[in-house]
Amino acid sequence: MSSARIRRPQKYTYKRELQPVSADPLVKLSNVNFAYDSRPILTGINMEIPRGKVVAIMGISGSGKTTTLRLIGGQLKPTSGEVHVDGQLVSALDDQDLFSMRRRMGMLFQFGALFTDMTVFDNVAFQMREHTDLSEDMIQDLVMMKLNAVGLRGASHMMPSELSGGMARRVALARAIALDPMLIMYDEPFAGLDPISLAVVGQLIRTLNDALGASSIIVTHDVQESLKIVDYVYFVSEGKIVAEGTADDIRNSTAPYIHQFVWGEADGPVAFQYPASPYRTEIFGEAAHA
Amino acid sequence: MLEKLKGHLRFLGKQVTDRVWRLGFAARFFLAVLLQSGTALRRFNLTIRELYFTGVLSLIIIAVSGLFVGMVLGLQGYETLQRFGSASALGSLVALTLVRELGPVVAALLFASRAGSAITAEIGLMKATEQLSAMEMMAVNPIARVVAPRFWAGVISMPLLAALFSALGVFGGYLIGVQLIGVDEGTFWSQMQASVDFREDVVNGVIKSCVFGVIVSWIAVFEGYDCEPTAEGVSGATTRTVVTSSLAILAADFILTALMFRGT
Amino acid sequence: MNKTMLDLWVGIFVAIGIVSLAFLSLKVGNMSTSSAGDIYHLQAKFDNIGGLKVRAPVKSAGVVVGRISDIRFDPEAYVALVSMDVDARYKFPRDTFATINTSGLLGEQYIGFEVGGDTEMLKAGDTIKKTQSAVVLEKLISQFMFNKASEGVDKK
Repeated sequence: MSSARIRRPQKYTYKRELQPVSADPLVKLSNVNFAYDSRPILTGINMEIPRGKVVAIMGISGSGKTTTLRLIGGQLKPTSGEVHVDGQLVSALDDQDLFSMRRRMGMLFQFGALFTDMTVFDNVAFQMREHTDLSEDMIQDLVMMKLNAVGLRGASHMMPSELSGGMARRVALARAIALDPMLIMYDEPFAGLDPISLAVVGQLIRTLNDALGASSIIVTHDVQESLKIVDYVYFVSEGKIVAEGTADDIRNSTAPYIHQFVWGEADGPVAFQYPASPYRTEIFGEAAHA
Repeated sequence: MLEKLKGHLRFLGKQVTDRVWRLGFAARFFLAVLLQSGTALRRFNLTIRELYFTGVLSLIIIAVSGLFVGMVLGLQGYETLQRFGSASALGSLVALTLVRELGPVVAALLFASRAGSAITAEIGLMKATEQLSAMEMMAVNPIARVVAPRFWAGVISMPLLAALFSALGVFGGYLIGVQLIGVDEGTFWSQMQASVDFREDVVNGVIKSCVFGVIVSWIAVFEGYDCEPTAEGVSGATTRTVVTSSLAILAADFILTALMFRGT
Repeated sequence: MNKTMLDLWVGIFVAIGIVSLAFLSLKVGNMSTSSAGDIYHLQAKFDNIGGLKVRAPVKSAGVVVGRISDIRFDPEAYVALVSMDVDARYKFPRDTFATINTSGLLGEQYIGFEVGGDTEMLKAGDTIKKTQSAVVLEKLISQFMFNKASEGVDKK
């Protein structure tokens, strides 16, 4: 993202190779470390995303969840360790292979990241126009199918600025699945949504995953909504995986950190007070004791 | 005391290395934009769309400013020239000033504040709302798809706008000099033609405006692409675009003038 | 903003730009006069060129017939070697007299051709034999003053 790398654009014929059903996970992170300059963000991450499953990565803000997604998408390279997607080592791919890998990935960004200068239709059609030689008629049909899947066929002519938050998120979802990806990544898909949109987006994530036969990764801190739809959960705290398990495991966990997180308690292992000197000392000063 | 000095020196060193690093990054970015220009030129529709925003929307401000600058030149030039009894040279004065200097320079300054800032704000906003990141994840290079068309639109617009500025300026000078003050029309035009040389003046002026076009567009797309992805970051980058490109235009103008008009 | 409107506006914009460029080149500049048609080279040697500059006009009977393309110093003869591009439409006799003139008292300097009577014409690359150097104002004034002074001496 930050570097002005040089890439060759390449046309992509619109076909998905039939993938043999295999037992090995689609995404595999082994012992991944990542640091900005010398500030560690992730340490010793081991993670597997099985094919066909929806996996959540949870944790408080700033715990390194989004960084994990960027490592999988190849936008960042791990300081050490390996990230494999569909058997390929992501950090070893050259630009062209990286781009062809990304064509088989869909990503939903935090607030949708719709292209503000294009209509809803053009947003969804974007990848088809960039990467395929499909005729405009065909694109029309495909886009309408995708928009229908998220219930927004009627909004195809609208501009992103005219959409509500929930609608924008659904359009972004339709755009993420435009090329029927093998892996869909969601960066905070529930952030800032009203309860109804929340439920709609949650349902869509699950149904689209199953309908496409894809695998999904959800990065979120919305526990209740995501536990309804995910198969497996990783808990990340301060760059480390502190817990993992199925949705039920997490709900019933007695580990204090998980408990605090799932039930949203104000105080616990994640302290309410930011580290500070004792309250008495600060108010009365040292002199008061003397 | 020594610690404090060390701190200051470290600060100075960091400032310098940061600047140099940024300059190097800007140069690499420029190269990347050039190398990624295939899409912008092959799918020219993308560039045409940006030409509308950079070129067409700058027409009014350039046209009006050009006319007024020319009219002021007509008044001031006449005022000064007639003291030496050479009001007949008004045409040359107006045309040479505009074609050589004011046309390219003032048009570029206006262009930087009208179109350059808009380009920076647009790209910066796309970055802040993760649109560029999303594009990258869709296996589309944002430099090729977003940056290069805007860059080329700027480069193409600038000489055309500068020419319009100069032409309307000359017309403004004609309105004031000939129609209002009453310098002889034939003298006005013939003096102008006798002293304005096609290659020396007109072509050099066009070269200048092309260089300014590259400078302004480069700075604008770079500041947008490099900005802090926040609201403050975008507004800061927009300001920087106007300030940096204005200074760069004036500096480049000096260098170009020194190179071009040395012998004559 | 739909596509056809956009194309139309961009088309208008580019057309305006090109018309402006044409206006600058033809009406403001002198492309129509200077680079029209072919040229041929002539040379002339002057003892002193005064303030003559490259690209200054070459005139005959007041009409611009060419431009100065190059001025050099000839280190052997210690004179200035001036090259001119002359419009191929105009031919001049071999005994044409090249003088450096000034338009007005303080105006630009140019080369004037005073046509002689030779039947043979100058060919491309020829050197004009008969030249007259620039009038240097300081010399003129000092000459005038010396004359006056010597007149004064004679009268005594």
